[in-house]
Amino acid sequence: MPLDLIVNVVVAGVLTGLVYGLMALGLSVIFGVVRVVNFAHGEMMTVAMYATVLLFAAFRLDPFLAVVPVAAAFFVLGYALQAGLINPFITRPEHSQFILLVAVAMIMVNVLLVVFGPDARSVQVDYQLESWALGPILFDKARVYAASLALATSAALFAFFRFTLTGKAIRACADNWLGAKVVGLDVKRYYALTFGLGSACVAVAGCMMVLLVDVTPQLGPAYTLLAFVIVIVGGLGSLTGALLGGVLIGLSEALAGLFIAPSAKSMFSFGLLILVLLLRPQGLLGKKS
Amino acid sequence: MNRRAAVLLAILALLLAALPAFAGNYLLSVATLILYLAFVGQAWNVMMGFAGQLSLGHSLYVGVAAYVAGGLFFHFGIGPWAGLWLAMLACVLLGAAIGFLAFRFGISGVYFALLTIAFAEFTRIGFDHLRWTGGPGGMFLKVAQRDQIDLAHFRGPPEMYYYAMLAFAAGALALCAWLLRSRAGYYWQAIRENEEAAQALGINTFRWKMVAVMISAAMTSVAGVFFAFYYNNIFPEQIFHISRSIEIILGPIIGGVGTLFGPIVGAALLTLLGDGITELLAYYDWEIPGVKQVFYGVVLLAVIVFRPNGIWPALARRLGLCK
Repeated sequence: MPLDLIVNVVVAGVLTGLVYGLMALGLSVIFGVVRVVNFAHGEMMTVAMYATVLLFAAFRLDPFLAVVPVAAAFFVLGYALQAGLINPFITRPEHSQFILLVAVAMIMVNVLLVVFGPDARSVQVDYQLESWALGPILFDKARVYAASLALATSAALFAFFRFTLTGKAIRACADNWLGAKVVGLDVKRYYALTFGLGSACVAVAGCMMVLLVDVTPQLGPAYTLLAFVIVIVGGLGSLTGALLGGVLIGLSEALAGLFIAPSAKSMFSFGLLILVLLLRPQGLLGKKS
Repeated sequence: MNRRAAVLLAILALLLAALPAFAGNYLLSVATLILYLAFVGQAWNVMMGFAGQLSLGHSLYVGVAAYVAGGLFFHFGIGPWAGLWLAMLACVLLGAAIGFLAFRFGISGVYFALLTIAFAEFTRIGFDHLRWTGGPGGMFLKVAQRDQIDLAHFRGPPEMYYYAMLAFAAGALALCAWLLRSRAGYYWQAIRENEEAAQALGINTFRWKMVAVMISAAMTSVAGVFFAFYYNNIFPEQIFHISRSIEIILGPIIGGVGTLFGPIVGAALLTLLGDGITELLAYYDWEIPGVKQVFYGVVLLAVIVFRPNGIWPALARRLGLCK
């Protein structure tokens, strides 16, 4: 197999992986703070992808501009979801939370199916077909742009958690729920804020993903599983871990697709997940609890 | 159980036994599906409801059992009764392996649930690439819809499948009722409520969690073999899919986790609701794919928000079946 083909596949895998990473980052932030596993995560991603497709079809809005309204709408959606539906469930057993979010996911996927039908949708922009060549290595413009925005969004999120007072307050809620309450933080409001931020991350990732793949409603559950795999591999609750996990999974998918069979690609992801769970259950970058 | 409950249970048993006499084939297939879901729900409930170990990958055991028994029949003509034991053995070993890995390495809660999903998905993709079972194209068992009953090969009219499933479901109910009152049942409940306290009291939590997983896997394998011989076709995409696992656990959660009748009530309610919605949509010529699942999702949401402990505990109180 020619080396430049392998290098090209690796490059594409890493760049896609960064977008995966941003998607998983949303899940990781939500779990790290609210301690609820968002089983509707991939479905939210798919909704964001459809929103982008719709904005493109209606106003020829470039996905990079669509990011702003879609992310804002998802922040509100996430905030409302947590404040209205999930907050009463945070003290309930895990299987109750699971069913709640499965129900939300089921509604999301099937509303998409009813409205848009099962056919794949996509957007066409000029830069999707263009690329930069660095010797024999090709960098797809769309992939590079998407990965850059994913990195920038992640960096903004890191900065928010590290340098702002609200970010500090959210970290306090994550570290010690009771302690945060004692010092007067409105924990449930911060939970809603966190869910909104996580949702906005997914929205940005969804806007970018539309440039890389065609969207169907059935992508939802697959993305949910993918996001789980990534955050467990990287470490649930660890922000850099989510990005690292995304890159690893993007890479392993690309290489498995090249060397074995495209249909077997997620088998490697799940294999990796099982290995990580057994050998390092806190994830590659996770802290031991 | 008080006297009223005993009378109601006897009436229900009589009704179910007499059902084929007045129900058509459609109704019988719905009833068979309800019993099937009640049965797997019961099996899942042993692990989650009794021992508190959340499995989101029970389709794994259904699928492996269906493929083992179906494959033996397809390739070597070995009937389901012999196949059942091998399928059960395979599932128990699989459950033991997953349980051993998870519990030895201290994986619990959400992580354990995700591990069970991972194993089910891993196996699904594996079977997609397994030539022996037909890969993604599926495996088809020879359909011989006879009027006479051929119990040795588990072939016969719908009534036979109905009564078989009724017997399995009744057996599962009896087994669970016994388990819940056995030493194991009390150990499990102690582990479910507080594992550390259970351990401090001298319960070997590792061993009893393993027992729960193995019993649950063994019970589920029976459902898998039934699935193979009832539907006669097995596709990895279909049988191992995570939506199958979710379907298995919806019944007991809606009905009431950890209760004996919860899985039965939940399975009946969800199946009747699903089929009712289908009929209603067909009546109004509104058969757009997805509409049924939207309704399903909304009902599910309503039940979990307003009846978080399931329907059965409230229903039982209302009917005066418990104090």
